[in-house]
Amino acid sequence: MLLCETPKLSRRALLTAGGALYAWAHIPSFARAADARDPRLVVMILRGALDGLSALAPIGDPDYAALHGELALQWAGAHPALALNSFFGLNPAMPNFARLYGAKQAIAVHACATNYRERSHFDGQDVLESGMPGPGQVQSGWLNRAIAALPKGERVAERGGLAVGATPPLVLRGAAPILGWAPSGLTAPTDDLTARLMDLYSHRDPALAAALRAGIDADHMATKNGMDGIKPGGDIALAMRKAAEGAARLISADDGPRVAALAFDGWDTHVNEGGATGRLAQLLGGLDGAIAAFETEMGPRWKDTVIVAATEFGRTVHINGTTGTDHGTGTVAFLAGGALNGGRVIADWPGLKTADLYENRDLKPTTDLRAVLKGLLADQFGLSADALGRTVFPDTLGVKPMNGLLAA
Amino acid sequence: MAIPDPRLLVAFNRFGLGPRPGDFARTSDPREAILAELNAPQSALLADPALQRTPLILQAVYADEDRKKQERDRLAQANLARLGMPAPNVAALIETPPAAPPTPAAMSAPAMTGAPAAIAAPAMTPQVPVEQQIFRAEATARFARACAAPIGFVERLVAFWSNHFCISLAKSNIGRACAGAFEREAIRPYVTGRFADMLRAVEQHPGMLNFLDNAQSIGPNSKAGQNRKRGLNENLAREILELHTMGVGSGYSQTDVTQLAQVLTGWTIVGREGKLGEPGAFAFNPNAHEPGTATLLGRVYAQDGVAQGEAALADIARQGATAAHIAKKIARHFVADDPDPALVARLAKLFRDSEGDLGALAHALVMDEAAWSALATKIRNPWEIVVASQRAFNRPVADPGPALNAMNLLGMPLWQPGGPNGFSDDTAAWASPEGMKMRLELAAQFARQTKDAPAPAALVDDILGPTVSPQTREAVTRAESREQAFALLIMSPEFQRR
Repeated sequence: MLLCETPKLSRRALLTAGGALYAWAHIPSFARAADARDPRLVVMILRGALDGLSALAPIGDPDYAALHGELALQWAGAHPALALNSFFGLNPAMPNFARLYGAKQAIAVHACATNYRERSHFDGQDVLESGMPGPGQVQSGWLNRAIAALPKGERVAERGGLAVGATPPLVLRGAAPILGWAPSGLTAPTDDLTARLMDLYSHRDPALAAALRAGIDADHMATKNGMDGIKPGGDIALAMRKAAEGAARLISADDGPRVAALAFDGWDTHVNEGGATGRLAQLLGGLDGAIAAFETEMGPRWKDTVIVAATEFGRTVHINGTTGTDHGTGTVAFLAGGALNGGRVIADWPGLKTADLYENRDLKPTTDLRAVLKGLLADQFGLSADALGRTVFPDTLGVKPMNGLLAA
Repeated sequence: MAIPDPRLLVAFNRFGLGPRPGDFARTSDPREAILAELNAPQSALLADPALQRTPLILQAVYADEDRKKQERDRLAQANLARLGMPAPNVAALIETPPAAPPTPAAMSAPAMTGAPAAIAAPAMTPQVPVEQQIFRAEATARFARACAAPIGFVERLVAFWSNHFCISLAKSNIGRACAGAFEREAIRPYVTGRFADMLRAVEQHPGMLNFLDNAQSIGPNSKAGQNRKRGLNENLAREILELHTMGVGSGYSQTDVTQLAQVLTGWTIVGREGKLGEPGAFAFNPNAHEPGTATLLGRVYAQDGVAQGEAALADIARQGATAAHIAKKIARHFVADDPDPALVARLAKLFRDSEGDLGALAHALVMDEAAWSALATKIRNPWEIVVASQRAFNRPVADPGPALNAMNLLGMPLWQPGGPNGFSDDTAAWASPEGMKMRLELAAQFARQTKDAPAPAALVDDILGPTVSPQTREAVTRAESREQAFALLIMSPEFQRR
């Protein structure tokens, strides 16, 4: 019996099996059939603060190239940005998003943010996910409250939400029923966590640093020799795609949940962020692959689907001393899905001159992210502005749902 | 905000099992808090309606073995009759049913609700062997106690003595079934009592008699020895001298080992037939006992029966080498791999002067400034890190599976050391490359499953204390997500070391 014998299986096989005991690895099977419109909504939380200026670059802004330095995207060069229009160039790691944009199934909203104006990840994610005016106020999220606000017996309310990951993201926690599922490949620690811990040990505890370094090196060797199926730290793009594929299969089924929430880590790019290639580009490639996986796996339901990928805040306009960016404010949100009235960048561009920046350092937010989210909820699920402004996003009656995001 | 006493960290980490949120604020005098826990009456005892006495546990094992044997015989005969040929390995078919995949229903079911009933009627749940059900109930109770302890010093003492006098559940079904009961019955009642009493309880416990083979040891000149041509097994006697009391190289000879083995012949476990008493209990079997006097460490033991071995153990407990061995080992466990020799000498003298009063020994350790002033060079062992993590995050312990799995992966499966010398107490054994890598993976997994925890910055103050290094505070508070912050907190030197 697994639980009390000295392990004889490989460590990772056991980790996976142990994970199964917590809750998930079990995919319930749902039936699938095609009929009339049956909306789906997927929310991806990008934890760590996405650099919107490297994901969707305002190349047409005369100040951009100088401010963003070696991270700046360009129209030319070995890795040219993908032009969404004459002003905005998409990171070349996102070809699928560009393709969907061309097919009018993708929208980017730039210079947007929630109402949160400090720079703490935890609090910023709290506001983004809870939908409350400030951090730390509730243990439920706006997506769950949106499900709960629907009439009883309504299909979306009936089926509840799908939370991908070991614990449900806050955005989907709450009174409405949720199904939990996690792909086993998500269990390895990220390279970023490992790097941060190695940095701490190197300053504070050389003995633990040496031991951990040796352990990680041994694991890498084992991986190179093909002794182990999954890379240590996980191939981040692969993990993101696996999560998306599994989630898509579950929510595309006729009797599956209509709503899903996923959270992807790793966007806190203080050091060696990279631009068209590098660390951020890898993550964006993972996000792009996850969106493409939804497109493929949703099948005939893609036409009813909307995905929104949002982060707690943006990053500084200037690059810092370690070829990265620090915590900022305004950033980009990505929308994709067959239900969209797409092929648009929605932005009231504030400009990048010092006087135009928020606190002289950040992209100034000119679009309230909550208006976008409310617009999606209103058009996908028919929630009223009143319900959205009182219970889903409390105290936001003044933030009008954005109209026209969905195809008529 | 008043700055908490930095000695709180020593109290909770070196002597205890780590703080829970709010513990620092609740504790005004660190040393007094430890002593209060130590002096609370019967603080080490573990009574739980789900947990049975050893004889009842072993009776359930006997019944289960009988049932399996009957089933094997029945199937074998049926096969023979049907096929007209010798049966294949039917036993293997019965004893290893295919593992069912986990289902959401199984996972949400309380893990141990069926345990007492299963002891009464093991046939009802044939998929989970009875000894496995008992093990899980024992583990559940042990984790619950460790997580609920005010400081955790008494549970640390229990774990120390349990590892000192270890048995392993890998030995047999008996070992698996009564490993937890062994600790409850032979260790816990004596943690603040007398060493000699713990020694006797341990060496007379069915778990130990099974683990070190004394239940089968027969005096060559006893009735059973004469009849059955079987004889002495020195295993228990050697480990008593080498590991449990005086320590290796402390002056006993091979003759002493053999003499002690002869003295202990007849110390056995009552079988299922109950010829010697209650099935599953300790018994002295005069038919297996080597007759005559024995000479051990220069003393002559002429007593009859069980009294001979009890007298010998009582004397061994009083040996100076025993005091030195125990003093060194407890100082190594709590203070440092290479503890201050003066501290060890003080503890050894106390042990001798008090005739092995373990409560006084623990008290002396807590009162000794050398035990407080030493740097935190040791690393928490796997059990300690698992429990400390659960305490830091107020994680409930309804299902012991994840915690047991973590201990397995970290190389310290509960009650299953590789040998009778127990798990290592060396920092190097646990802070190994593989161990640290696994700690990181488990910390990341644990952090992912943590919700409703306090904000990371508050948790740093509450768990690592205000004297935490700026680097650790910065790493935790600037993490990109709560999950990452919690993993870094668990992996920080301040949380790993004690």
